[in-house]
Amino acid sequence: MKEELIISGRMNPMVDPVLNIWHWQIPLYLFLGGVAAGILFFASLYFIMGREKKYPAAIKWAPLLTPFLLVLGLAALFLDLNHKTFFWQLYLTIRLESPMSWGAWTLMVITPLSIIWSATWLKELIPGWHWKYPFLDQWEAWFIRHRLILAWIMLISAVILGVYTGILLSAFNARPLWNTSILGPLFFASSLSTGAAVIMLMAKSHLERNIFSRIDLMMIGIELFLIVHMFMGFQASTQVQIDAANMFLGGPYTEVFWIFVVFIGLLVPAILEALELLGYKIPIIITSTLVLTGGLFLRFIIVYAGQASRYLY
Amino acid sequence: MRFAMAIDTKKCVGCSDCVVACQTENNVPIGYCRDWVVEVNDGTYPQLVMEIRSERCNHCSNSPCVRCCPTGASHYDYGGIVLVTPHKCIGCGACIASCPYDARYPHPKGYVDKCTFCVHRVKEGLPPACVAVCPTKCLYFGDTDDPRSEISLVLKKRKYKRLIPEAGTNPNLYFLI
Repeated sequence: MKEELIISGRMNPMVDPVLNIWHWQIPLYLFLGGVAAGILFFASLYFIMGREKKYPAAIKWAPLLTPFLLVLGLAALFLDLNHKTFFWQLYLTIRLESPMSWGAWTLMVITPLSIIWSATWLKELIPGWHWKYPFLDQWEAWFIRHRLILAWIMLISAVILGVYTGILLSAFNARPLWNTSILGPLFFASSLSTGAAVIMLMAKSHLERNIFSRIDLMMIGIELFLIVHMFMGFQASTQVQIDAANMFLGGPYTEVFWIFVVFIGLLVPAILEALELLGYKIPIIITSTLVLTGGLFLRFIIVYAGQASRYLY
Repeated sequence: MRFAMAIDTKKCVGCSDCVVACQTENNVPIGYCRDWVVEVNDGTYPQLVMEIRSERCNHCSNSPCVRCCPTGASHYDYGGIVLVTPHKCIGCGACIASCPYDARYPHPKGYVDKCTFCVHRVKEGLPPACVAVCPTKCLYFGDTDDPRSEISLVLKKRKYKRLIPEAGTNPNLYFLI
């Protein structure tokens, strides 16, 4: 029998006995950032494709939420910092090797963009809306003229934001559960799915709801495929990754993952969406809520379980 | 110059003097430690094998903590020693999560803290505190780029292992076995 003990005693807070450096703030941010990235992705994509009339919820209504989602997410990130008064150090440097640096800068681009994007639609969406200062009218006119460029920048930064939340974790090879390149696409698919769920919720026309329901169904399919793929990859990998997978295949995270993420968050909404496409009446609020809950649970479980997975030596 | 440390697992008795010396020298906050002693017992009685290792930051040549730091607070310093600049650190915890040896911790003041190889002593030509106090002289510290240094000679003579080299970190702690 092999037994390993730290005989000098080591109980560094937040590190021992199991790494516990990231709490609710990080997964909450990953979720909020993901939803915002999903919404802004569809908004800019369909604007570029010229579907402004067809998908008003995706292009105009849902983006109104994104500044709030992003600011809440940023607040959560700020709360997570241990050395809060030095947060500005993030913006004195660009470190290409560090996903967190990428994320900080992407947020610096996409948060103001989401505010500008939402602001340029306000006059159209809210009758009687007017800006208090005339220079804002001038700015608005300028931004409306350059909306296509805005949309392109937003599309690219939304993709970076959606993917980076996964890459952020997968860059840590010290935590075998996170150390898989599947996590980037998985989180991106989840962010598109949750973004589509919000758009579905805000869509007024049956056509738009139907289209986003189909998109969501496709994203759920991709997520399920990626999850199966991730566990296959782990099982075929080294012992530390087999151990990481076993946390979900009989270990402590089995029930919570397969019930809340896979069953409630993916399978049930997929079935409901499929039934809806077949013509059954399903209240959209149920499907959307389930998808969003699944996305939130996915972030929480991956962040917490990842910290519990480690190398043994 | 490439500073490294060799730990003779055959000579270490696990007294934890290195841990206390470090805490005193570096004013480590109560309840925290930058180095620690691991005891591994393998086998069943009477066929038992024991290994005792005094562990700390590996000052890796390919440090995941330096790579993932978003502000550049974690950096390679004098002789490859990995250090954290407190006034650049935002306490995001990325480096803590990235370290396969769990050698870092958040200091109560907010920034991330870890073993510095007692860089303030090394710059004056003194060995790190843990090396200086070791009663069995089982710790060797020096420059592995210098073929005549004590550590280079001991690494030529003895068999050694490094911890989790498969993590790709290229660690600079050598455990003599």
